[in-house]
Amino acid sequence: MIRIAGLSVSYGAVRALRDVSFEVPTGQITAVIGSNGAGKTTLLRTISGLVHPVAGSIDFDGTELVGMHTEDIARQGIGHVPEGRGVIEEFTVLENLRLGALHGRGKLAAGLETQFELFPALAARRKQAAGTLSGGERQMLAMARALIGEPSVLLLDEPSLGLAPLVTRDVMMTIDKLCAERGLTVVLVEQNAMSALQVADRAVVLHVGDVAADDRAEIVRADENLRQYYLGVTT
Amino acid sequence: MGAFLASRNVSDILSGLVNGVVYGLVGLGLVLIWRATRVLNFALGALATGGAYLGLGLLSYNVPFWWCFLLCIPAGMVLGGLTERLLVRPLYGKPEINPIVAMVGLLILIEAVVSSIWGTRQRSIIPPFSYIYWHVGSHVVELSPLATFQIASAAVLALAIGALFRFTNLGLQLRASALAPEVSRLLGVRVSRMLTLGWMLACGVAAVAAVIVSSGFISGLTPSGMEAPFAAGFIAAAVGGLESPGGALVGGISLGILESFVTDYLNPNLVLPYSLLVLIVVLMVRPQGLFTRRVVRRV
Repeated sequence: MIRIAGLSVSYGAVRALRDVSFEVPTGQITAVIGSNGAGKTTLLRTISGLVHPVAGSIDFDGTELVGMHTEDIARQGIGHVPEGRGVIEEFTVLENLRLGALHGRGKLAAGLETQFELFPALAARRKQAAGTLSGGERQMLAMARALIGEPSVLLLDEPSLGLAPLVTRDVMMTIDKLCAERGLTVVLVEQNAMSALQVADRAVVLHVGDVAADDRAEIVRADENLRQYYLGVTT
Repeated sequence: MGAFLASRNVSDILSGLVNGVVYGLVGLGLVLIWRATRVLNFALGALATGGAYLGLGLLSYNVPFWWCFLLCIPAGMVLGGLTERLLVRPLYGKPEINPIVAMVGLLILIEAVVSSIWGTRQRSIIPPFSYIYWHVGSHVVELSPLATFQIASAAVLALAIGALFRFTNLGLQLRASALAPEVSRLLGVRVSRMLTLGWMLACGVAAVAAVIVSSGFISGLTPSGMEAPFAAGFIAAAVGGLESPGGALVGGISLGILESFVTDYLNPNLVLPYSLLVLIVVLMVRPQGLFTRRVVRRV
C-alpha cells in the first residue's frame, strides 16, 4: 500500500501538486487521470524521487519515500516506466532487459523467460537495437524491463501515448493480467481516461494539481460531471 | 622479410606506433569522460602527469619499475575521482564553458604543484627492457623490446577497457548512466558513482599513457610533458567524433604514424600543422567525426 498524504510540489512559482492525498491499495490498479498539466507525471516522478516535494509524505508499506534517492526507491521494489518509455535506443533489447534485472530481486535467466513469454514479440528481437523497435514494441520493452526486476509496484506513465487503439488495448489487457495473476500494484497515469478506466479498480482524477475525485473506477466512469469537466470525454 | 621490415616506410610506421598509442590512450580517456559527463577535460594530460609523478616520485625512493608502473594507475584514478567529485560535480547543469575553465585551472595547478615538489627536469622510469632495435637477419627493424612492451601494454589496456564496457554488468551500468542517467536511476543504478568511476577509468588510462612517455632511457616526462600528447590525443578523439572509443584509438595511432612520416619525409617542425590539417579536413568533410553516426543533439 502506498499512502500519499498532503503532497505539494512546486516548480519555482508554479504549484504542480497542491495538498494531494490518496491511497494506492496493494494488488489493484489505480488510474490517475486528468487533462494535460494536471500534475500526473509530476506525481509519479515525486513517488520515484526524481522531483522533491515542498510538503507531504509518501509511505510505502511503512517506509517513507520522501527524501530517499531515486535509485534506492527503485531498489525498494518500485518500478517506473517513464513518460516516453525511456528505452535506451543504443542498447539491444537484451541489454535493456539485463539493465532492468541488475538491481531487481529475480534472476536474469528466469526473468528473461518470463518476460519473453509475456511479450513474445521481444524474444525475436532480443539482439536488435531498441531504437529500431516500433512504438508498441518499445512500450512492451519498457514494461518488461521494469517487470524483470520483480517489483511489487509498477508506475506507468502514459503507456497508450502514440499507440494505435488495438495496441493500447493489448497493453491494458497485459496490465490487467499482471495485476490479477501476480498481485502487482499498479499506478496507471493516463490521458486516455476511458481505456484506463476500463481496467482500473480505483481512479484518482487530478485537475491542475488538485484531487478532483478519488473513488472506485466504475463510479468515476459513470459520473457525467467528472467526464465532462475534467476528462474531456463528451459521450 | 627482413628487408621489408627494415624498409623506410615500414620503419616509419613502426617508429610512429609508440607515440600513436600514447595519443590513442589520451584520446580514449577524453572520450570516456565526454561520454559520461559531457565535459571536455583539458586537465586530462596534467592528471595523467600527476598520477605518473606519484609513481616516479616513489622511484626516487628506489621502488622497482613494476611497482611504479602499477602505482601510477591507481594514483591517476584517485586524482580523476577526486576531480570529478570536488571540482566537476558542482558544475553539472551549468554552462558548458564552466567545467572547461575549471579544468584549465586544474591543469595549471597540477603542473605548478608537480614542478615545485619534483622540479622541472626530465624524469624517467628505467624499464627492464632494452631500447636496442631488433634485428631480422642483417636488417635492423625499428622496434625495440621496450617499444614492444609499450605498445603491448596500451593494447592490453584498450582491450581490457573494451571488454569491461562490453561484457560486464559494471560496463552496462557505465554505458547506461552515460546514455540515459534518469532511466538508469529509475532502474536502481547508482549513476553518480558510475560517473565518478568513468572519470577514474579515464584518468587511469591517461596515467598509463604518461607512464609510457616516462619509461625510457633517453626520453622521459616533465611536469608539462603531457601537453603535446594531450593536444594530439585531443585531435585523435575529435577526428573519431568524441563519442567513439575505438575511433580515438585508431585516430591516435594514425596520427602517430602520420607524424613519423612527416618527420621523415618533410620536416619535424611540420608535425603539428599537419596534424591540425587532418583535423580541419575531417571536421569539414564529416563534422560528426569519422566514427560516429550523426545524432541530432539531445536537448
